[in-house]
Amino acid sequence: MVDTIDTLVEREYAFGFHSDIDTEIAPKGLNEDTVRLISAKKNEPEWMLEWRLGALRHFLTLTEPTWPRVSYPPIDYQDMHYWAAPKPKGPSPTSLDEVDPEIRETFDKLGISLDEQKRLSGVAVDAIIDSVSVATTFKATLAEAGVIFCSFSEAVQDHPELVQKYLGSVVGPRDNYFAALNSAVFSDGSFCFVPAGVRCPMELSTYFRINAENTGQFERTLIVAEEGASVSYLEGCTAPMRDENQLHAAVVELVALDDSSIKYSTVQNWYPGDKNGKGGIYNFVTKRGRAGNRAKISWTQVETGSAITWKYPSVILQGDDSVGEFYSVAVTTNHQQADTGTKMIHIGRNSRSTIVSKGVSAGVAQNSYRGLVKVLRSAEGARNHTQCDSLLMGPDCGAHTFPYVEVRNDTAQIEHEASTTKIGEDQLFYCRQRGLSEEDATNMIVNGFCREVFDELPMEYAVEAQALMRLTLEGAVG
Amino acid sequence: MLSIQNLTASVDDNEILRGIDLDIAPGEVHAIMGPNGSGKSTLSNVLAGREGYEVSGKALFDGADLLSMEPEERAAAGLFLAFQYPVEIPGVGNMYFLRTAVNAVRAGRGEPELSATEFLAEAKEKMAALDMDPAFLSRSVNAGFSGGEKKRNEVLQMSLLQPRLAILDETDSGLDIDALRVVAEGIEALRDGERSMLLITHYPRLLEYVRPDTVHVLQAGRIVREGGPELAHELEESGYGERPVDDTSAPRVSEPESGPDDSDARPQARSLL
Repeated sequence: MVDTIDTLVEREYAFGFHSDIDTEIAPKGLNEDTVRLISAKKNEPEWMLEWRLGALRHFLTLTEPTWPRVSYPPIDYQDMHYWAAPKPKGPSPTSLDEVDPEIRETFDKLGISLDEQKRLSGVAVDAIIDSVSVATTFKATLAEAGVIFCSFSEAVQDHPELVQKYLGSVVGPRDNYFAALNSAVFSDGSFCFVPAGVRCPMELSTYFRINAENTGQFERTLIVAEEGASVSYLEGCTAPMRDENQLHAAVVELVALDDSSIKYSTVQNWYPGDKNGKGGIYNFVTKRGRAGNRAKISWTQVETGSAITWKYPSVILQGDDSVGEFYSVAVTTNHQQADTGTKMIHIGRNSRSTIVSKGVSAGVAQNSYRGLVKVLRSAEGARNHTQCDSLLMGPDCGAHTFPYVEVRNDTAQIEHEASTTKIGEDQLFYCRQRGLSEEDATNMIVNGFCREVFDELPMEYAVEAQALMRLTLEGAVG
Repeated sequence: MLSIQNLTASVDDNEILRGIDLDIAPGEVHAIMGPNGSGKSTLSNVLAGREGYEVSGKALFDGADLLSMEPEERAAAGLFLAFQYPVEIPGVGNMYFLRTAVNAVRAGRGEPELSATEFLAEAKEKMAALDMDPAFLSRSVNAGFSGGEKKRNEVLQMSLLQPRLAILDETDSGLDIDALRVVAEGIEALRDGERSMLLITHYPRLLEYVRPDTVHVLQAGRIVREGGPELAHELEESGYGERPVDDTSAPRVSEPESGPDDSDARPQARSLL
């Protein structure tokens, strides 16, 4: 078993290629000039620039948080580019046919077709390379239903009133260190607006790709579901293999008004670094949603990539009878570190939340669950169920659980269940006695362990997640 | 079919099997009986290829060197072990597990895979014979099963996998008399004159339903007596000779044998915070 775990480090990252795309890049450094340059590049209105500058000034007064159970050398925020964009080869494309073939090829290699005809299923994609959204598919179909799905930059130009109304309403520009940084320099991201009573006719997804070197990626995603609306959204991410670490500090805000529902799924596969822990993405992300009366927000995440993952998709259960869910699988191998979990803030009466977290660790990886369940005085009848399971593969990895519970209302019911198991020799032997190879047996056991979470993913991504899992654990046994 | 010569097995310099010789011809049913701690479960684990034992001696399965094969190769060659403590695999559906196992073994034999429909039809038929609710198929492997359900599930797997040699490790323990009858009938139904079986048991009562050709008594890692089915009755009367004879006919409470096999087989700890 130990030998077999050791061979796990030999696994290759399948998406580690770099594309030769002509890139326009801002000078290194974080200051007002950088922020002004980004804002100018994007031709932003004055209010947007002021919002960014406010965030920057606040950021400069903050110090980096040290409470997560992860370790990394200090990040030099001045030694980084804050803007990189594929250089336009002529006027910006007005239709998908005009997208730069190099970019198209990059996404084809990743299995993301930007060609609407070639998409088998009805999933609209917003494709983002480095700092810029390069294509959004199925815009016309969505527009018929009244759904706005576009890059954040376009939203600032075309729907400024919506952006101004909701931007920062869930994660403010002063929310935390990385959120403040993102607010100052965010480059692009996706914007989605589903008007009252509309059920979004297809799955929406954003595909993030880091390509340029020495560049931080800071996207901002804002999803608004008006009263009675519903939408299901998925994000995927990959990056080239590089020796140096790259910073990814994104912000996702979800606004679910009364009776609406937002389902947000993530399959995160940023480059995790090599077997010695060199390189890889620092994934420091703030994700939060606000749920109105009877509204539901569901986060599902499958985290297999990144050198360090630091993220806590959360729900503010503001409305009465609102529902928050968090389903997470975090897999860490080699030197990966993950400190991830959720916050469920119960404000509304009879608000309910469910947390299911599955951590899988192998190699010398460290995997922490950190979660807060907070019930305010107003949250009469609030309920939470938390289940937190860790699976260890091999003797050198670690699993840690940090559950925080703050309850200010006596009627609340809070349950917390946790387990830590080693992948059992007895389970492996049982499967092998029935004819399964050790590798197939391991996959079966790990997939079974994660089943509850995979079941929450949209069908086609559940298949993708299982395939990704297999790839991640390839050579873990053998 | 199975020929064992001078087989020994130790764990941490503690010798558990001290030279076993055993020959099982095609179609024969042998029983191994013995007191707790005599090495019965170790013998079945070593034959199935569980890691963690230092093994010497020889075991030939149809002439092939069994001890050099991986557990899955032994399974593909037609060796099946019904576990004393069947293992729970949460989140993995029983149907999926069974079909994967059947197809893995079929692939090893060069036979085509069974489709989901073909498999389901066969599984349902065999489950009916074992008096099992078809709802079993949609539950996770052994998770939350009662002791009796787990044992039936083992016999179901055996009937689906159609092994050449089946080793049944205390398949009778933990069963009430009705369940024992159903399980025994399931085992008996697989006796076809070709398939060999090795029944490992603490009590003779299983052997009333599945009549062995030969009974071996294992004690302190050695086979100390051999005989026909009548030997089982004799043991019931007189015990294994190691302990005072019980004056009641009630069976002793089964205790797990010591050894690495058992310590691993217990359900995993689950803590409530």
